[in-house]
Amino acid sequence: MTAAQMTAAPIPGATATASRPPIGWAIHDSLAIARRNLISLTRQPQLIVFSTIQPVIFVLLFTYVFGGAISVPGFDYVDYLMPGIFCQTVVFGAINTGIGLSDDLQKGLIERFRSLPMARSAVLAGRTAADLVRNVFVVLLMLAVGYAVGFRIHTNVFGLLAGIGILLLFAFSMTWIFAIVGLKAKDPETAQAMSFPILAPLVFASSAFVSTSTMPGWLQVFANHQPVTAAVNATRALMLGGPTTEYVLQSLAWSIGIVVVFAPFAIRTYRRAA
Amino acid sequence: MTNPMSSGSDPVIRVEGLVKHFGDVVALDGIDLQVERGTVFGLLGPNGAGKTTAVRILTTILSADAGHATVLGIDVARDPQAVRERIGLAGQYAAVDENLTGRENLRLIGQLTHLPKSTYVPRADQLLEQFGLTHAADRPARTYSGGMRRRLDLGAALVHRPPVLFLDEPTTGLDPASRNDLWVVIQELVADGTTVLLTTQYLEEADRLADLIAVIDGGKKIAQGTAPELKATMGATIVEITMATPEAAVQARGRLQPVGVVEADYDGRTLRVNIGEGARGVLDVARVLEEADLVPDAFTVREPTLDDVFLQLTGHRTDEPGDHPTPDPGDHPTPDAGPDVPATSEEGAA
Repeated sequence: MTAAQMTAAPIPGATATASRPPIGWAIHDSLAIARRNLISLTRQPQLIVFSTIQPVIFVLLFTYVFGGAISVPGFDYVDYLMPGIFCQTVVFGAINTGIGLSDDLQKGLIERFRSLPMARSAVLAGRTAADLVRNVFVVLLMLAVGYAVGFRIHTNVFGLLAGIGILLLFAFSMTWIFAIVGLKAKDPETAQAMSFPILAPLVFASSAFVSTSTMPGWLQVFANHQPVTAAVNATRALMLGGPTTEYVLQSLAWSIGIVVVFAPFAIRTYRRAA
Repeated sequence: MTNPMSSGSDPVIRVEGLVKHFGDVVALDGIDLQVERGTVFGLLGPNGAGKTTAVRILTTILSADAGHATVLGIDVARDPQAVRERIGLAGQYAAVDENLTGRENLRLIGQLTHLPKSTYVPRADQLLEQFGLTHAADRPARTYSGGMRRRLDLGAALVHRPPVLFLDEPTTGLDPASRNDLWVVIQELVADGTTVLLTTQYLEEADRLADLIAVIDGGKKIAQGTAPELKATMGATIVEITMATPEAAVQARGRLQPVGVVEADYDGRTLRVNIGEGARGVLDVARVLEEADLVPDAFTVREPTLDDVFLQLTGHRTDEPGDHPTPDPGDHPTPDAGPDVPATSEEGAA
């Protein structure tokens, strides 16, 4: 007797389920998990407040405290700064992907999910999809904050939308890296502690806050060839004007490359975790 | 392979020669089990015995290194998806999302088990009612007590009405009242015809719920029988006496040999006497000691515990390494899962 015939046997618990092709179920299950993660997020206001207050403080700090001492030729500093802040915000937000997965693992939720007839891909896909939605909210919020302190788009609405697209794609690629950190860490606190040393050099040794040409030569080599600088440069060009093609292609290459390398790694880590 | 429905006498769960290693650690060392339809099978053993590993293989979470396991006639390794559609799992770590309400948790499981909305919405309400959670249905689960979380966790395992249910230490860490509540719930489920495989460290729990009990240790099955059968191998009652000195204990031991099976305990001063018949044997022990003028410091009469079963069957206590001194990493999926052995064992370590 084949497995298909067996599935059709009138065993209670298997007969009531609706029929749908596997890819349909994978999307259905990922959306169910994404929805669950978003509901969960709205129930943790301290997390939302903490993760939005931090970038707002950075905006105020760099605009009003350090900003006067930093000059970037050809730009108002607030215009130069905000694309960097957008990028910093979504990159630091990616830590939450790892923390959330680590929490699910520790609480036994992943174990339960593995015993259910749901799509195997849904836990990771649902998590990264929910984080994408969260990042849309975060980017829009930071745009409003930027507007309040004097940031203005110098291009047009297409530049703005393309810039947001670059940011979201880059954020999506980073969530896969931190998914791995979350699945490898033994608890959420460790996931958080492991994430910061990865992120700090990427974010601070980049073009997010200052021009990389002001850095020592050895640091420039790193700063000019890493994904945060690529995403910031592309976003900045799209929102403020200037040559865009090379920056956009660089950033797309980084983001797509990171997903191609780290998503399969994350999926393999997920299969072996728990 | 036979049709699982047409042959009602086939075991619902069949395990043959199951082996699982974690690196050098042998978690399962060739286990055989058979669970009949509509019964509760208790897997009894200390932490690290391999109970959780067995459950994880049967629920398709882990794959075995060797051996064969079927649920409702379906091979867990060859067709895990078909197995998942027919099983429910409630674990010792109350796997619910604490930020979701009780109702949202159950509906999520309904979605993930691919039930139509018209089925899982009323089903969630029904389970909340059945487990006495209706009043808390719209509160986040983090506000629930330990007992409420376990009931919600059990409810989550039942959303899609699985005919086979795995309960991995369902009451570990619960206070006695909550434990009793959960036992009543599980007994009601069994009355409805669900087949249950239960793991536990508590003889009392296996005694209360299980039709058949397998005692496992070091990844091997060391005994199997009904609760009365296992207890009978122990003697119905145990008298535990503590003498003032090890010398007095040696004397007392010699005197008590005719009364029952006497074992000296870890500290050299404590003896446990397994006596077949309750009150008569207790009086015999007291009389023998009286006649020899050996007055013990402590004299306790009690039912046999899992610890006694273990001491009898394996020669070591549940928290002592025996022939298989290897912990089972499968029983410790999270770092906060510290050893949770019966309280009496703590004295053994002292």
